[in-house]
Amino acid sequence: MGVGTLTEIIVVTSGKGGVGKTTTSASLAVGLAKRGKKVAVIDFDVGLRNLDLIMGCERRVVYDFVNVINDECTLKQALIKDKRYDTLFILAASQTRDKDALTKEGVDKVLTGLADDGFDFIICDSPAGIEKGAALAMYFADRAVVVVNPEVSSVRDSDRILGLLASKTRRAELGNGAVEQHLLLTRYNPNRVESGDMMSIADVQEILGIEVVGVIPESEGVLAASNAGIPVILDEGSNAGLAYEDSVARLLGESRPLRFIDAQKKSLLSRLFRS
Amino acid sequence: MGILDFFKNKPKNTANVAKERLRIIVAQERAQRGSPDYLPTLRREILEVIKKYVNVDPDAVLISVERDGDQEVLELSVALPEKANAALDNG
Repeated sequence: MGVGTLTEIIVVTSGKGGVGKTTTSASLAVGLAKRGKKVAVIDFDVGLRNLDLIMGCERRVVYDFVNVINDECTLKQALIKDKRYDTLFILAASQTRDKDALTKEGVDKVLTGLADDGFDFIICDSPAGIEKGAALAMYFADRAVVVVNPEVSSVRDSDRILGLLASKTRRAELGNGAVEQHLLLTRYNPNRVESGDMMSIADVQEILGIEVVGVIPESEGVLAASNAGIPVILDEGSNAGLAYEDSVARLLGESRPLRFIDAQKKSLLSRLFRS
Repeated sequence: MGILDFFKNKPKNTANVAKERLRIIVAQERAQRGSPDYLPTLRREILEVIKKYVNVDPDAVLISVERDGDQEVLELSVALPEKANAALDNG
């Protein structure tokens, strides 16, 4: 309890693994911090820590989320300050404990501490699945970014997550209004959509029935960014980075048209000079 | 003609297949979501009672809980075999 209304808690979730939750968490956090917001991004994947790698701070992890919950260190000691943005902090998952180390009270304590510290946004990077880590990542959320690949298993799992967001969250339990749900499509390939091999934005939106906050095109930039430990939103040469930038703007209420959603004409020249 | 056919012969639109399959399974799973877990047992027992009087198909009994505003309605639908021409559809 007691998380201030000024702090907005956003869970990045999906049900299915490997769809881009951590990539998205990292880029949204950086994008918000770039705009001067004070942001904490928390890895809820206890035992399979990865956000630190994507953020490029893996060698600076001393204390983690579970240490704070167990009072083995202060919140301040565990927050890793980003080297690029002063207002961005990372809270790593514990690598050695199991998922039972997370408790509702413990998570509440950490979130309340961050709210008291004047954070504008807390991004909760959910683990895959619907077990404890995922359940706690979404429990306190005000908003949810549901990351979906245009692919059958991802869409079905996301719908399951939407059901949980509507029932197994603090907002649902207290009747405080629903968790605001945003659809973020990743690995979108307009050429395959045009040839009928991939579901379109409209298809996925129609099935899930929630509003689209962003469409991230399939891009080589994403792997390059994770290789380097630099969130892809900072790669202004990559369409994925620009699409994340747009998504952050939309999360903050700006309206921006979707980009990179139309198929490219595959002339010989463009094949030679693009890629 | 042959050449035209070759160019027209696009691969099957698998995206549409995916969408249709998802539409059905998602609707089904949403209907089950939040429904009480005694439903399958209730359905089975109702079926047994009905079978004492009418020889219905096991698939003929459909049961669901619908939410209508603040009210929950237990919806029960039994399709009788063709001989019995009176349709039974009680809530």
